[in-house]
Amino acid sequence: MNWVGRRLPRLEDPTLLMGLGHFVSDLKQGALAVKFVRSPVAAGVITEIERPDPAEMAGDVFTAADLSDVGNIQAVLNRPDYRRVPHPVLAKERVSFTGQPVAMVIAATEALAEDLAESVFVDIDAEDAITTFDEALAEGARAVHPEAPGNVMVEGRMRTEGVDAAFASAAAVVSFDLKSGRQSAMPLEPRGGVADYDRASGRVTLHASVQMPHMLRTGIADVLGIPESDLRVVAPEVGGGFGQKMSLFPEYIALVWAARRLKRKVAWIEDRRENFLASAHSRDQRFTISGAFDGEGRLLAIDADLLSNVGAFSCYPVSCGVEPLMAFAELPGPYVVPEYGVRSRGVTTNTCMMAPYRGVARPMLTFTMEQLMDRAAIQLGIDPVEIRRRNLIAAFPYRSPTGLVYDEGSYLEAMEAAVRIADIPAFRVRQQQAREQGRYLGIGLSVFAERTGYGTSAYAARKMEIVPGYETVDCEMDPSGRVTLRIGSSPHGQGLKTALAQLVADRIGLAPEDVRVISGDTDTTPYGWGTFASRSMVIAGGASHLAADKIATKLRSAAAQLLEVESDTIELKDGIATASGTNRSLRIGELARAMHHGSHQFGDLGGGLKEHGFYDPDGTFSNACHIAVVEVDPDTGGVRIERFIVVEDAGKLINPLIVDGQITGGVAQGIANALFEELVYDEHGTLLTTSLADYLPPTAMEIPTIEIHHMETISPESVTQAKGVGEGGAIGAPAAVISAITDALSPFGIAIDAMPATPDRIRHVLRDARGN
Amino acid sequence: MTETRDITLDVNGKRHALSVEPRKNLADALRDDCGLTGTHVGCEHGVCGACTVLVDGRAVRSCLMFAVQAEGTAIETVEGLASEDGELHPLQQAFWDKHGLQCGFCTPGFLMLAVGALRENPEMTDVEIRELVSSNLCRCTGYQNILTAVRAAADVMRAGTNG
Repeated sequence: MNWVGRRLPRLEDPTLLMGLGHFVSDLKQGALAVKFVRSPVAAGVITEIERPDPAEMAGDVFTAADLSDVGNIQAVLNRPDYRRVPHPVLAKERVSFTGQPVAMVIAATEALAEDLAESVFVDIDAEDAITTFDEALAEGARAVHPEAPGNVMVEGRMRTEGVDAAFASAAAVVSFDLKSGRQSAMPLEPRGGVADYDRASGRVTLHASVQMPHMLRTGIADVLGIPESDLRVVAPEVGGGFGQKMSLFPEYIALVWAARRLKRKVAWIEDRRENFLASAHSRDQRFTISGAFDGEGRLLAIDADLLSNVGAFSCYPVSCGVEPLMAFAELPGPYVVPEYGVRSRGVTTNTCMMAPYRGVARPMLTFTMEQLMDRAAIQLGIDPVEIRRRNLIAAFPYRSPTGLVYDEGSYLEAMEAAVRIADIPAFRVRQQQAREQGRYLGIGLSVFAERTGYGTSAYAARKMEIVPGYETVDCEMDPSGRVTLRIGSSPHGQGLKTALAQLVADRIGLAPEDVRVISGDTDTTPYGWGTFASRSMVIAGGASHLAADKIATKLRSAAAQLLEVESDTIELKDGIATASGTNRSLRIGELARAMHHGSHQFGDLGGGLKEHGFYDPDGTFSNACHIAVVEVDPDTGGVRIERFIVVEDAGKLINPLIVDGQITGGVAQGIANALFEELVYDEHGTLLTTSLADYLPPTAMEIPTIEIHHMETISPESVTQAKGVGEGGAIGAPAAVISAITDALSPFGIAIDAMPATPDRIRHVLRDARGN
Repeated sequence: MTETRDITLDVNGKRHALSVEPRKNLADALRDDCGLTGTHVGCEHGVCGACTVLVDGRAVRSCLMFAVQAEGTAIETVEGLASEDGELHPLQQAFWDKHGLQCGFCTPGFLMLAVGALRENPEMTDVEIRELVSSNLCRCTGYQNILTAVRAAADVMRAGTNG
């Protein structure tokens, strides 16, 4: 029986459904409570930190002075344009954003710790906050950090030779600039950690809600100056992450330091306000682009100036280059761009640090390229589908102007399929009828390429000092014939364990229930990277596939010897090893027992059944087309999504149930990006959106049914034949929704230049266009 | 030190004697003092609904209620849904079958919200289910499979009642 390709309900679920899963906040029994005193202002010099009288308030208060033996977090890119800004665990002389940890307090209970935190008085000589691009890049602007004069932390530039000539010869030039609001990944479970000191060994075990436990251990050990073996990091059940939980945060370092200092168990569970203030933000970009087209609507060149607001610090390990350098490298997306000019800058401000969030730069660059197509189509009088047809990559492998090599995809085919499903001609009739009744319907599409499953070569090209990318697994069959798969990657709720169990089950001839997947514990899993960049199925899957194949080969050899046949005649299926063409067979459990307990008879085959898997691919490209149909109320500016179609191609589907779940969840976050969610700072750098009631994540009322259709282009670039799918939904949806709104309001001749397209913003552009 | 009060909470039919500060909310009391960590806390300001439990049969945000207020009520949490021998409640089964959860952090809240509502109105329409589900936040699923799961469970539970 083949398990790959089946809509298998997840093995993770019963525990979670019964409320028996262990999330980090479930592990704090017996711990002292930790709270952080955070900067109330965005910028300034700390003049005094006053602790309450210990006689009146029990507990400990620690400041940077107490942590004098602790280093700084330091993400490094080995590029001449990168500015190294140290990120202190607790603010030292200065504060750089509202919410930055200034002191750590520890008390017997959370309530007492909060009381204590409120009683710590921090005096700061406040300075004017720099929060926007215009403030940061103004002539003579104050440097947010002395290490980064001019407030540019990283800058990528390139210009192919023919850009100017292409613009000079163009039949049409389309120019505009776009903004994306600042967003939070907003996992439903905020961050948190429980650090427990073991007096016997002197080791600390940190349970933390993170996506990269091994990396976290490296980062904490380096900053504390301790060997990694003195620290064990465990990611238990993780309540969503979407990128927010892949960076090293100061709070975790402080927590491990405190456990060592007090020789006690200490727990910090952040609240939602802290999560908004001080975890990590994302998006907040301004892209200016010009596209040169010939008379048939073929793109000749693009010239772009890309700004990403990276906040006050550079996230470790991927650094603040992650947004600007991805935008730099991947802006052309699914389109053939013969000539390319780009300048992409990461700008530092007195705001919360930017870190990866599902899609990273791609929701914005897809929005940009799709607007380029839509606006060029209008200017040149070409149908929006037709102009995309003329520009999409159709010959593979395709080499982009930045040197990326696209493996085979279905850019055109996915778009054509989506267009057929949407039945655009019928929609146009309905749109016309609706307009006659004063209703405004619109349709919009987005096509995108998503670079996924890339290993060390891609990260090395970014000049990261720490080069992530490979994955490792240890696959072991015990004497009963069951498999334990220990993975270096670390899921955060996406169902990776089930999908890996399906893969391994097929390689060895077992059922997924026979494969136990262990993740997240640095003591019991091999070193690996974790969940990010739509990589786990491709890379952890690839490593699992390779390790399972080695086990299968050993089983075949052992079976061949016991059954006295050639090993290539052995078939492993449904728990049985059969010599094909004979009636001779052995249960895999019997074989496993023989290999563990009777290894003497197998000679060179050796004892036991444990194999290592390692996989480090160059990467592949998934693709998809999203189509949104919306109705816009021009009086209120409200948008209702009537229909949402996704045709995606992520190669072979290991578990289509899980794939569909990734897409619906991603699209919902993309719709939120397009219409609702925005973190707003005032001019003093105070965050105004610090509750879920202000931030407006969508509910079931705002998210429509999402129609999903699959295509499967099989790529030789992935041993499992799967391409990554985790981020795609969030990448394509914003562009499609905004395109549909623009189409709906086309009688008014408006353009939408900023996300989220809130009712207020839509009313604003309509007022400008029609003066009411 | 802060004063505490002795109270007794009736949770899933079992009595728990606690000594809590009056300012302690019900979610924290269930988690810290009763050891029932299936009720999750996502925002502590009554928006996300992850902490939803039933109090006298009605869905309540347990982060917005003090533990001392819950004395004398019958509280139901996610731990009480499956039978003693581990057989899942039809709603839990439907969430499993329909992939109504990913990270599982919001799931106990959705389960308790829907269990209470379906008990009150087993004939819920799709529109009513969508309105109900919009009470709580989920960040992973995009809600689609939660809606499908509640619909499927409603159908199973109604068939069970009629049969």
